[in-house]
Amino acid sequence: MSKFNVLKHEIVPEHHLVPVDDEMSVLKKLNITKDNLPKISINDPTIKALEEIHGKLDPGRIIKIIRKSPTAGYYEYYRVIVKSVI
Amino acid sequence: MNFNNVSKRIEKIKFALLSPDEIRKMSQVRVITPDTYDDDGYPIERGLMDLHMGVIEPGLKCATCGGKVDECPGHFGHIELAMPVVHIGFIKEIKTMLDSACKSCGRIKLTDDEINTYRKTVNNMDFKTDDPEIIDLTLKKITEIAAQRNICPHCNAESPKVILDKPTTFREGGIKITPKEIRERLERIPDDDLLFFGLNKETARPEWMVLAVLPVPPIDVRPSITLETGERSEDDLTHKLVDIIRISQRLRESRDNGSPQLIIEDLWDLLQYHTTTYFDNQTAGIPPARHRSGRALKTLVQRLKGKEGRFRANLSGKRVNFSSRSVISPEPFLSMNEVGIPEVAARELTVPVLVNSFNIDKIKEWIKRGATPRTSDGKYLAGVNYLIRPDGRRIKVTDQNAEINSGRVDIGWTIERQMTEGDTVLFNRQPSLHRMSMMAHTVRVLPGLTFRFNLADCTPYNADFDGDEMNLHVIQGEESRAEARIIMKVQEQILSPRFGGPIIGAIHDHITSLFLLTHKNPLYTEDETLHMISYINIDKMPEPVIMNNKKYYHGRDIFSLILPEGLNIKFKSHLCAGSNGKCEYEDTIEDSYVVINDGKLIHGTIDDEAVGPFSGIIVDKIFRKFGPEVAAKFVDNVTRLAVGFLSYRGFSTGIKDYDIPKDAISRIEEISNETLDKINKLVEAFRSGHLQQLPGRSMDDTLEVEILGETGSVRDESGKIASSYLGLNDPSVIMARSGARAKMLNIAEVAGMVGQQSVRGGRLNRGYANRTLSHFRENDLGAYARGFIKSSYRSGLNPTEYFFHSIGGREGLVDIAVRTSRSGYMQRRLINAFEDLKVDPERRVQDTIGSIVQFKYGEDGIDPTRSDEGETVDVDYVVYDEFGDEK
Repeated sequence: MSKFNVLKHEIVPEHHLVPVDDEMSVLKKLNITKDNLPKISINDPTIKALEEIHGKLDPGRIIKIIRKSPTAGYYEYYRVIVKSVI
Repeated sequence: MNFNNVSKRIEKIKFALLSPDEIRKMSQVRVITPDTYDDDGYPIERGLMDLHMGVIEPGLKCATCGGKVDECPGHFGHIELAMPVVHIGFIKEIKTMLDSACKSCGRIKLTDDEINTYRKTVNNMDFKTDDPEIIDLTLKKITEIAAQRNICPHCNAESPKVILDKPTTFREGGIKITPKEIRERLERIPDDDLLFFGLNKETARPEWMVLAVLPVPPIDVRPSITLETGERSEDDLTHKLVDIIRISQRLRESRDNGSPQLIIEDLWDLLQYHTTTYFDNQTAGIPPARHRSGRALKTLVQRLKGKEGRFRANLSGKRVNFSSRSVISPEPFLSMNEVGIPEVAARELTVPVLVNSFNIDKIKEWIKRGATPRTSDGKYLAGVNYLIRPDGRRIKVTDQNAEINSGRVDIGWTIERQMTEGDTVLFNRQPSLHRMSMMAHTVRVLPGLTFRFNLADCTPYNADFDGDEMNLHVIQGEESRAEARIIMKVQEQILSPRFGGPIIGAIHDHITSLFLLTHKNPLYTEDETLHMISYINIDKMPEPVIMNNKKYYHGRDIFSLILPEGLNIKFKSHLCAGSNGKCEYEDTIEDSYVVINDGKLIHGTIDDEAVGPFSGIIVDKIFRKFGPEVAAKFVDNVTRLAVGFLSYRGFSTGIKDYDIPKDAISRIEEISNETLDKINKLVEAFRSGHLQQLPGRSMDDTLEVEILGETGSVRDESGKIASSYLGLNDPSVIMARSGARAKMLNIAEVAGMVGQQSVRGGRLNRGYANRTLSHFRENDLGAYARGFIKSSYRSGLNPTEYFFHSIGGREGLVDIAVRTSRSGYMQRRLINAFEDLKVDPERRVQDTIGSIVQFKYGEDGIDPTRSDEGETVDVDYVVYDEFGDEK
């Protein structure tokens, strides 16, 4: 049985890993430091799915999420991976 | 500037348990007597009102610090309890410790290996930054593993299961564990194991959760009050402490003189009850302690919790000065930016004015006038109520000392001037559900006792005049006044952030009036026109039409007087509402399409769609193109012109508006009979099983749906028949079609037929067994038996119909009651969640720490207030405004 991939589900928005080299420019564009970014748990199913592609992801990596927005059409959201607390 | 109050930052808050030693150390007196005052009214020594715990009576001095009433902050005392009792606030913690720690050796029931690994997990957690919920969960997991174990891995002792018999009794194998025994067990837990229970060994020992010594709060916390009769009345806390001391004393005596165990246990339980209710008088499972009068006592938890508790009543919200509340009533001659204030209120409410070299002469004049000055013709003049000297002392101005005080006042003093025309005040109606519930108005002092305002302001406040009351706050500072004028003034709030359209506009009679003035563009004589124009502040006449050597004026031209020059709009009026696409007035473009060209109403009917709240296209476009001032002026003029016209023309409605000819009534009778036949056939088909089942529905459902469809269409049909006889010369129809009040449906109900009543979206079916009322046979599925009303309101309802109508009406009322309380609580939670989010200059939404919530406000960075009903820009209108109809 093939494994279910959450990222392929229609109500899960697109998740992309931001390459380490681009992180500075993303943060600069947002005019923000990494610790002020919204967070996403390393245990989040989407992160697990991204790990299938990119290999293990460490806390501190930035994820770019592109989702549909009723007001803006498409909307880019960024989250930083945080370690799980348990 | 005052540099003594340098603001400080709280670095950390430490929570700890009070140890018995600490309680004794901070105590100034050991309280041993349950009495308060002796016969002379002097505090009894070592009693609950001992002078060591502070003073509340003037003249006495604190025995601890020597301070007088306002100087002494109060000091703690303590009670030595005869026997220990458990603290109701720590029941849960005590339970987990009894469960997870060994009863004989006190170690947590984990193996050494487990202890080592879990100690690492716990040490890895950062109690300062990690999510407290996760920390709780992790600790709970660890203690649960220990609790599962029956045999202690350290001493091999067996521990039976401990059961908590709520609220405060612990049992082991059915036998009660006394608080003393609990205390001893907790004492055995070694410091090193405390980590797993979430306790810091430096600040908390578990046995302190069982009380041996009780702190007595300072008298300032529980002051006694003297009634008018001279009788003393003690605070609820003092009452409770009296109970505790009394029982503790009896328990000590019984124990010391060797009373039977049973009596001692009873007294011990009673002491537990009193200490429990002293902390929380709403503990589940025990009756609340009551006052002699039967009122439940307000003890420590009750002082803090809920809407009347310290947080919500005294810290999050406070009572204010310089405010006033009164009944409201309408005043069409006020601007929407004004509020009428009764003289008594204006004299009581004051504005502080700092005396300086520019205003000192004027202020001296004001003071000289005395407390209730008037002009020579009896009109209101503002006086001065108080003078405040630079040292902060206040001097009340009276008619006697006005002359002297006028001479004393100097630069640097502050005076408190009574309210006067032009002052800015905040006006508010509860519930304050949106920001337009509190707006800044300009004061007008009026005779009478009510607050008055323009009817256009009813919608944002959601006010009517059936006894509503509103609050008024006088602004005390210059900055706040400026802020209020710039952002809170009514005219600045015309556009609502809720839907990006005007929430302020003409209502009811105003709309009826403008409809009559502009529909079919009637002509008015010069006298009539002058009467109308006299209501608005405009000094020119429209272009006249000369007929028979007399001047006449078109209604639309009169309306055009109040439109600002340069305004261009084109839209469909409310007359076309409900007609999807094709309007029945489509051929007479004259009436249905409003066209305004350079501030002149070319054709069209002005109604709710043009000037009403929520729709108000004209108000909306004026606000966007010309700004708040012009929009406010326009709404003011609309209301005045409307009142001027309607006061001349007159307008009334009555039961005869709904008179329809006999043959109309018989036609309605006919179609309602046809429907009854159809319904009977449906029921027959249902019973015989020939009814065509609808997809996805049961047979029962199918029947109900079919019947509801029939009853719905017959109501619409009868409404159509009825309204075909009622035209636009009928006042009720004018109100409905112009959008002033009611819908055509309501008119159909009055003239045609009320129709099917429903509860929860279906026909009525509840009541007696298998029938709604005993007037019908059981299992009667016919129309009449299930809440169909074929009468009209005008003809009157028969008794069963009346009853069914009441059932339907009741549902609406219950719905509203349920909805408001639920949505109110929902809103409270949303407000608390969002209150400190802010939009920064880069249009990001941040919380107080600076964490981002949205990278762009609303994801598109658009302020909904300035948006065009949610859309960013109405490009079509901008083009139309610029170039007109040409493509």
